Amino acid sequence: MTTTSTTPVVPVTPPQRRLKRRTTRAWVGPVLLMLPTIVVLAVFVYGLIGANLLTSFQDRHTRGPSEGWAGFENYRLLFADDTFIYSLRNLLFYTVTFLLGTLVLGFLWAWLLERGAKGESLFRAVYLFPMAVSFIASGVVWRWLLNNAEGERSSGLNRLFGDLGLDFLQNPWWTHERWGIIAIAVPAVWQLSGYVMALFLAGFRGIPEELREAARIDGASEWQLYRHVLFPQLSPVALSAIIIIGHMSLKVFDLIMAIAGQTNYTTQVPATQMWIEFTRGDYAKASAIGMVLLLIVAVLIVPYLVATYRQERRR
Amino acid sequence: MSTDVISAAPRAARVGGRSRGVARTARYALLLLFLLAVLIPAYVLLVTSFKGAGEASPSRAWQLPQEWQFDGWRRAWEALSPALGRTFAMVIPAAVLSAVLGSLNGFVLARWRFPGADIVFTLILFGMFIPYQGVMIPLVELMQTLSVPSGVPSLILLHVIYGLPITTLIFRNYYAAVPHELIEAARMDGAGMLRTYSSVILPISAPAFVVVLMWQFTSAWNDYLFALFFSNARNGPVTISLNFLASGQMQDYSASMAGALIASLPTLVVYILLGRYFVGGLMAGSVKG
Repeated sequence: MTTTSTTPVVPVTPPQRRLKRRTTRAWVGPVLLMLPTIVVLAVFVYGLIGANLLTSFQDRHTRGPSEGWAGFENYRLLFADDTFIYSLRNLLFYTVTFLLGTLVLGFLWAWLLERGAKGESLFRAVYLFPMAVSFIASGVVWRWLLNNAEGERSSGLNRLFGDLGLDFLQNPWWTHERWGIIAIAVPAVWQLSGYVMALFLAGFRGIPEELREAARIDGASEWQLYRHVLFPQLSPVALSAIIIIGHMSLKVFDLIMAIAGQTNYTTQVPATQMWIEFTRGDYAKASAIGMVLLLIVAVLIVPYLVATYRQERRR
Repeated sequence: MSTDVISAAPRAARVGGRSRGVARTARYALLLLFLLAVLIPAYVLLVTSFKGAGEASPSRAWQLPQEWQFDGWRRAWEALSPALGRTFAMVIPAAVLSAVLGSLNGFVLARWRFPGADIVFTLILFGMFIPYQGVMIPLVELMQTLSVPSGVPSLILLHVIYGLPITTLIFRNYYAAVPHELIEAARMDGAGMLRTYSSVILPISAPAFVVVLMWQFTSAWNDYLFALFFSNARNGPVTISLNFLASGQMQDYSASMAGALIASLPTLVVYILLGRYFVGGLMAGSVKG
């Protein structure tokens, strides 16, 4: 991009004097204009991350002031805590399910709609509407749907399975100690698959028509066209979807609070544990959990940001 | 990036033989099946919200109400209406403020850059992805130090600040598509930065403003995390009141379901009216360039 003031796109040479004056002070205006944002984010993002890191190294397990430094002790205790390990494991299971579910469904829906269908806008709107709803509101209905009672007393989805003669599908949902967290991913997949569909659909429609034509002229079958020509074009979209859904997934909190509540063991994740430690007043432990969560997200996001930065610099 | 990429109608598929017909039928069958599956929770919400207390029996769980009652809706409205007002009072200023700031930032980053603009942009972008748990403890303390009142004022401030990265990104992507010639022409005429912004950029910004306002409206409306830390059931937004209503000791299903519908209505209306832009905004916020 050529917005540097010395390289006008229009091939007209401006008066030399004015150009020079503009170059020397060219950056003062834009910096001033962005200063509020830069300062505020420097404080509220980077400053607070620093402050949180410091808190996590302190002996501060009450609401009162710190009682000195603790080094890595808070982190050592955290990783020695079975519940925390369990909640990390839960987070992994949840994220894998959420990612696989939204990617598979979103891709499938986009593929089904890609060539245009009668009533396409209706399908699109219905698939997409759950993402306009808050996790708290959808949690209300999913708590009912994921009711763990089975057999005679069952309601929700278990009841539906029973009525349809699919009793073998009845399960304890989020109360299962090993797999319970995966039940929480079901509503998350319901909410975000439509979004991933919209991403893929935009990807499909962004592929130049010539590519399809060329493949058809070369005698490619419909499947070969998709497999070798169109699908590979969608990998940047898939990457975006993974970044967006992935970072949402690692922050899962609202859904668990709405469906299972903060005290339920089988659905513990770092975010719920952090909230519990905060309410207990254990600020050091809460900030250490926050730090771990931040690091996990950074592993996913920083490579993406570095790539964006390189791309930006080339502009 | 165009806001209606996905609504671009593709040309009709070529008319083909029998296998194509079978494939078509299968395609519609699948689409319809998924449609029904996605609508299941909506059905449950609606049906249950109209059921009276006498219909709590699990055996009738999936059936229509024997008698349509509005008690649940009345109880839900009583529980949520004060919070609904507060949520509007919080969401509207938050959305407007972060949109205005995002527009200025996006303009600078796309069209009036300064040395180091790319690193600043990348650092701003990081703020979009951070889990707020990673800053929450010092944030609570900072807000106490600044003595920002709990409830609506705190939440406006937080949604503006933490909304800046996404609004900046969307506007930046939108302005990056503005032809250079427009800006250069204004510069040739001697217009400064602010003049260029107000006379060239601002008049063509309406579509981006719609997207950003919707995006911020929806995410602030649906927020629960900040609300939990910075408000309570008496001064907080509707997500807090709804969760309070729904997680009471006595499971009042009809009121909770009616409440969930009431609490979702504003975002659903926005989404139904302006859904096309909404999707465009998602695109701009995710797929770059």
